[in-house]
Amino acid sequence: MESALLLEKTILVVVVFAITLFIAMYSTLVERKVAGFMQARFGPDRAGPFGLLQPLADGGKFFFKEEIIPAGAHKALFIAGPTIAMFTACISSAVIPWGQELTIGEKVFTLQVADINVGVLYIFGVVALGVYGIMIGGWASNNKYALMGAVRAASQSISYEIGMGLSLIALLMITGTLSLKEIVAQQEGFVNWNIWVQPLGFLIFLVCAFAECNRVPFDLAECETELIGGYNVEYSSMKLAFYMFAEYINMFVSSSLMAALYFGGYNFPFMYDLGLSQNWITIIGVLVFFAKILAFIFFFMWIRWTVPRFRYDQLMRLGWKILIPLAVANIVLTGIATIVKDTYF
Amino acid sequence: MQSLSNRKKVLEQKPMNFWERMYLPAIVRGLGITIKYFFQPKATYKYPEVQRPYSKNFRGQHSLKRDEEGRERCTACGLCALSCPAEAITMISAERQKGEENLYREEKYAAVYEINMLRCIFCGLCEEACPKEAIFLDGSHVPPEQLRKDFIYGKDKLVEPRFDYKKEQKTIA
Repeated sequence: MESALLLEKTILVVVVFAITLFIAMYSTLVERKVAGFMQARFGPDRAGPFGLLQPLADGGKFFFKEEIIPAGAHKALFIAGPTIAMFTACISSAVIPWGQELTIGEKVFTLQVADINVGVLYIFGVVALGVYGIMIGGWASNNKYALMGAVRAASQSISYEIGMGLSLIALLMITGTLSLKEIVAQQEGFVNWNIWVQPLGFLIFLVCAFAECNRVPFDLAECETELIGGYNVEYSSMKLAFYMFAEYINMFVSSSLMAALYFGGYNFPFMYDLGLSQNWITIIGVLVFFAKILAFIFFFMWIRWTVPRFRYDQLMRLGWKILIPLAVANIVLTGIATIVKDTYF
Repeated sequence: MQSLSNRKKVLEQKPMNFWERMYLPAIVRGLGITIKYFFQPKATYKYPEVQRPYSKNFRGQHSLKRDEEGRERCTACGLCALSCPAEAITMISAERQKGEENLYREEKYAAVYEINMLRCIFCGLCEEACPKEAIFLDGSHVPPEQLRKDFIYGKDKLVEPRFDYKKEQKTIA
């Protein structure tokens, strides 16, 4: 029995890992396509039909690039940087519930790698670790620009994690649990989605997620115009690709988090009114979940090609003087609303 | 002082109101603009497959024409070289010998005819100057070369390929 469970989880981990990497891989193409389409051009379309083989071509190019480790760099940490970034990006998808139970024969499979009762906390821990990859890499490069990028990444991550955590506290006050599986299960159907009761919290979470992923308009850590690439200036070859890949995986994970926490995860409208069997509900639910995730990824890119980068002082002001007070106000409002609801309804 | 055109507009720099300082409405408007462009037709020509059409009066590489019987029309009068503002054209004339009537239309012809494509500014004045309708700028672009001397085009590159229309008539019949 134990080994069967182990096998089941291993298969699930491999599948989730493969899907994550696949989506991250094609995000690079989609990003360039979206950029092209928004600038009245086509984007890459030479490698394969519609440029579908472009990610493979990019990967091949990265593999054959020369591997450069600067003489002044701390070699071990220089290599550890992208590794940590990639590792932390990958493990955060472990607690996300991809779907409900799938019954094959008499066995019931849960489509979640680990249902730990502190799922949200786990995500926070891993996301906080994520900045170490950037910091270590930028610091070990022995380069002023890289160090500036690393410092910026660290301070930005600290500032926005607070806003993110506070916005989530308001959500947790409503759900009453830290387990992601239960949070998603509570949002059954359409009207129970958390976005309807926590719109402000979602907005704060969204902004903070952009900042945590180092995406435009908060990509000050890599800021091409000021830091010529920031923390990854000295990186080349597959190590650079790892950093870029980690960014896309982070984007995927935070998209799935937003979909799970605020947009009902695998829940879709009228899911129990169509007379479908449980297995079909699960399968459609998984597809719906991925549709939501892809929509969020598109939104990330859409924002990237619309909004210019913040100045550094603007970034800090937004984080400390606007988002955190707003998040606190949101907590207070949620508390009052909960009490009013419990007393009078 | 009064401005001459009366089109001057004085820009007022007001402090932003709350709506503007929120920044979100502006972002939403920006998102609307980018998504509008997302669905608009694209300006790109997918080059090797689709080529951008030339304008009707495009002036490209020169060609020296032949008449209906395949004889060179040029009589080496030198008016093209004279009219050329860039002094790109040179030629050496020669007299037509007996038995060469099927090669050259006039009694005098250009034995050497060279255009320096690096000097040429593709103004088309040679075309206008020619009394014999012998030169036209109806080709495409001048292709790139490695050496400067290769840009001096002689008759081998300029004269139209010979169109043997008697032979052609036979093959058609």
